[in-house]
Amino acid sequence: MSFIRVIGLTKRYNSANPPALDNVSLEIEKGEIFCIMGHSGAGKTTLLRILALLEKPDTGEYYFDEAKVNWNDSLRKSVTMVFQIPVMFNTTVFKNIAYGLKIRGYPKDEIKKKVKEVLELVRLPGYEDRKAKYLSGGEKQRVAIARAIVLEPKLLLMDEPTANLDPTNSAIIEEIVKETVKEKETTIIFSTHNLFQAKRLAHRVAHIYKGKIIEVGKTKEIFEHPENELTKRFINGELF
Amino acid sequence: MAWDYIVQGFSEALGLITEPYVIEIALRSIKVSGVATIMAVVWSLPLSMLIGLKNFRGKWLVKTFVNGLMGVPTVIWGLILYLLLVPRGPLGALGLLYTEMGISLGQALLITPIIISIVVNSLEAIESEIRELALTLGADEIRASFQVVVESIGGIILAVIAGFNRAIAELGIALMIGGNIYVKGGHYNTRVLTTAIQMYTVRAEISIAIALGIILMGIVLGVNLLSNLIRKWLT
Repeated sequence: MSFIRVIGLTKRYNSANPPALDNVSLEIEKGEIFCIMGHSGAGKTTLLRILALLEKPDTGEYYFDEAKVNWNDSLRKSVTMVFQIPVMFNTTVFKNIAYGLKIRGYPKDEIKKKVKEVLELVRLPGYEDRKAKYLSGGEKQRVAIARAIVLEPKLLLMDEPTANLDPTNSAIIEEIVKETVKEKETTIIFSTHNLFQAKRLAHRVAHIYKGKIIEVGKTKEIFEHPENELTKRFINGELF
Repeated sequence: MAWDYIVQGFSEALGLITEPYVIEIALRSIKVSGVATIMAVVWSLPLSMLIGLKNFRGKWLVKTFVNGLMGVPTVIWGLILYLLLVPRGPLGALGLLYTEMGISLGQALLITPIIISIVVNSLEAIESEIRELALTLGADEIRASFQVVVESIGGIILAVIAGFNRAIAELGIALMIGGNIYVKGGHYNTRVLTTAIQMYTVRAEISIAIALGIILMGIVLGVNLLSNLIRKWLT
């Protein structure tokens, strides 16, 4: 059985509008880097928010590591999410990264050690005492990723993590993602409308269009031989 | 010249600022309004958190009502409280009319909607993103709500200071519930800065009215300065 399995997820925010997610079913394997690609407003964020337990779908089922999810707090310590625009607690980088570790009851010395290690991993060594809100956009996003991966989650969700970043910061973040999967066997699901990033990072991709998953497959197959006409046009950068 | 009496008033006022009588009134003002602020904070913060952090039916109506209460004139609060606290009134047995505690109670009611409104606005401004961030890092709902409150500390301080400043600067309640009582060496004096300024102005004792006014402005500006320093340090 798959590590993550969703069946028939539907989410509608407003009865006057079409659903943000329409009968979405997906299966994702453990240790996989899975990309959800699609235009803005296609439903990528809604799907990630449901997987992060921040929203409940109107209908559908969500299985995490073979257990049915009931949208209570028990799974929260296994899933983390990095948002498109990084949100920082109004304190130091150290306290931002230590927040989740404290919740999990880690001793002080271990927290200190883990924060130091993860800051080195995200190429921000010595940033512990800096005020998080005064960092640049790229640095904030790297702190956000550090704050998520230091918890060694089973599932890491990233909503367009490099959408607002320069190429250098984007490249660093892509490296971090690859290293995390390699070292920690974390399953990563990220959304993007950056096709090159999807190609570089993902083992498999899903194309979401108007709330529906219209094609899923291995990255190479999807990019080289897309079956769906809309996926073909999306990959070719055509307007539709 | 038309400005002479004002200039003379100011020059005499500077000498009166250190008079024991003036200092006594200023200290009473700070005490009465300080107690009012503490009382208001005690009930306003939990209410603000309820309104700011919970989604419930009729929330919009509650917020509209609270915001509406900010516009109630102090004399109306004074009248309502007078009717309640007068010896034959429903709360007359408490003996709060013409007491410092009576003024504090009235001022606390006056500033409650101010504190609630500011705190609710600052909680709501960050509630969604901070709460969701905390939840994705493994916090439960209670811990996530606590984090929202921690991150709103600047807004909470602003609300408390705004409440204190409104309380110490109001006249209607202090006059109608306090009665502006002053007997030298007396234990039941209720004269505060605003009631004293009003009294000396109508008596045309401009110098002492100006001296009291300078002190009142000094307190208000000093408290603002202090609060801004605290907020800057915290944020």
